[in-house]
Amino acid sequence: MSSSTGTIALEGLDPRGKQPSRINPYWVLVLPLVLFLLVLYLYPIGQVLWISFSDPDVGLQNYERLVTNRGILKMLGNTFRICFITTGISLVLGYLIAYAMAHVTDRHRIWILMFVLVPFWVSVLARAFSWVVLLHDNGIINRALLDWGVISEPIHLVRNELGVLIGMVHYMIPYAVLPLYANLRGIDPRLVSAARGLGAGPFESFWRVYLPLSLPGIAGAGLLVFILTLGFFVTPSILGGGKTLMIAEYVSVQILQTVRWGVGSMLAMVLLVLVFLVFAVMSRIVDLRTMFGAK
Amino acid sequence: MSEGYGWRFRIVLAGAWVVLLFLLVPIFVSAPISLTPDRFLTLPKDGVSLRNYENLFTNPDWTSSIWQSLVIAVVSTVIATSLGTLCAVGLWRIASRWSELVRGFVLLPIIIPSIVSALAFYRIFVDLGLLDSYPGVIMAHAVLAVPYVVITVSTSLANFDLRLEQAARNLGADMRQTLRMVILPCIAPGVLAGAVFAFISSWDEIVVTLFISKLNIFTLPRRMWSGIRDQADPTIAACATTLIFLTILVIGSQMWLRARRLRAQSQAEGAA
Repeated sequence: MSSSTGTIALEGLDPRGKQPSRINPYWVLVLPLVLFLLVLYLYPIGQVLWISFSDPDVGLQNYERLVTNRGILKMLGNTFRICFITTGISLVLGYLIAYAMAHVTDRHRIWILMFVLVPFWVSVLARAFSWVVLLHDNGIINRALLDWGVISEPIHLVRNELGVLIGMVHYMIPYAVLPLYANLRGIDPRLVSAARGLGAGPFESFWRVYLPLSLPGIAGAGLLVFILTLGFFVTPSILGGGKTLMIAEYVSVQILQTVRWGVGSMLAMVLLVLVFLVFAVMSRIVDLRTMFGAK
Repeated sequence: MSEGYGWRFRIVLAGAWVVLLFLLVPIFVSAPISLTPDRFLTLPKDGVSLRNYENLFTNPDWTSSIWQSLVIAVVSTVIATSLGTLCAVGLWRIASRWSELVRGFVLLPIIIPSIVSALAFYRIFVDLGLLDSYPGVIMAHAVLAVPYVVITVSTSLANFDLRLEQAARNLGADMRQTLRMVILPCIAPGVLAGAVFAFISSWDEIVVTLFISKLNIFTLPRRMWSGIRDQADPTIAACATTLIFLTILVIGSQMWLRARRLRAQSQAEGAA
């Protein structure tokens, strides 16, 4: 925070107008994007918020459904359960990779990083497609198991919660690995050596020294994954096959199929508030600005 | 490669590689299927064929989708990169409480879940008459891509010496000249990286596009989306495989370049 430019007054923010307000000329560069986003993004989100209170009638009746409508309650329950399980599994598997990454040679690390980054960037549709092909009733796994006589009827691996979980964990692992790795790299290896020197076994020194030191990383990665899973649309809707509805797909059904804007936008706003709440919690644990690379 | 590792760590390492292989499953699946000579999704049994790739690049449905996606991604990348770069430079130079607030504001599109953004765009494009049109999809994609640009450009500005800018100003350059002749050349790699991220984000965008397009706009992700739902056409496998290999190519070359730069750097430092 530089104090020399700290006395910026935006137009309209200095109603007394006694002093000619000193505006940093560089605001000219910022303004186009801000206007672009205000008109095309913030204003319509405000509209959606208003619809959630006003469609079909002005009032809270849409929000009332959150506690009274059994279908919505069940869907929210599904969403939270799936998000928690996905986050838990992604954290465990991601920790394994991040831990390995933090303790291998440089060459080895580049290979692991490569294997994490490629799936990270691969089209979400390409991945969902592959999982459908693999897990479907006529898919590769079932075909193979039937041919080998291991099973006599296809097992349902997709178009249910199991399929959603597999696809989502697959998508989220890289998101867990990257913040975890950043955290584990910061842990001083001498602390573990010290614990070993003081007589702790390898397991104990991990459990009582290393793991507690990595808790901020676990919390940060967990919250990030949780936020992403909450609003996830593509993978749950393809691998859930319409049978395991999560909040994002439920919203899209409300808007595009049953055309109930009130309910749809109410749920969208609930999702938005949830995400902001988790972010608020997260900002107390990790520096969000470092996470977004803004600092 | 693993000479110095103890046996306990080797077990951890083996576990980590199992998870890494799990991450690669989509590649193992879609690549072989894309080579099937049959008209449905099977593993090739008697010989392989490139007919799915031929279909991907000659069938008018697929080629028009590829072109649409390219046009939309290029134009929205140009918009997002210019707006985002200017904004990042401004915020960097201002550095006050207000600019921190604005920084948070411009990151909103990647924080807010895409389904919420989809509703917002749908709403406003109904009013503006931009549903199912190129300008609509392009602007929406630009909004969604802007945060990536602001982030990457801000990162490269963080390593840029503020005094260079001040020197230019002192020597009489106005803001536009400073920007064009001093700041932009120095942060060009960051801008380019931001543009790549913006391009990928548009190229791969599906949720918002599903809401704001109908008949006119049928991007590649939209075609894949409807293809996976009807699931019969192995052309999707060819498409998925192509996308995966393009990704490997881009990531691989990026990492290779970075490794080379780092090596050159350490050599230069060693010489000095």
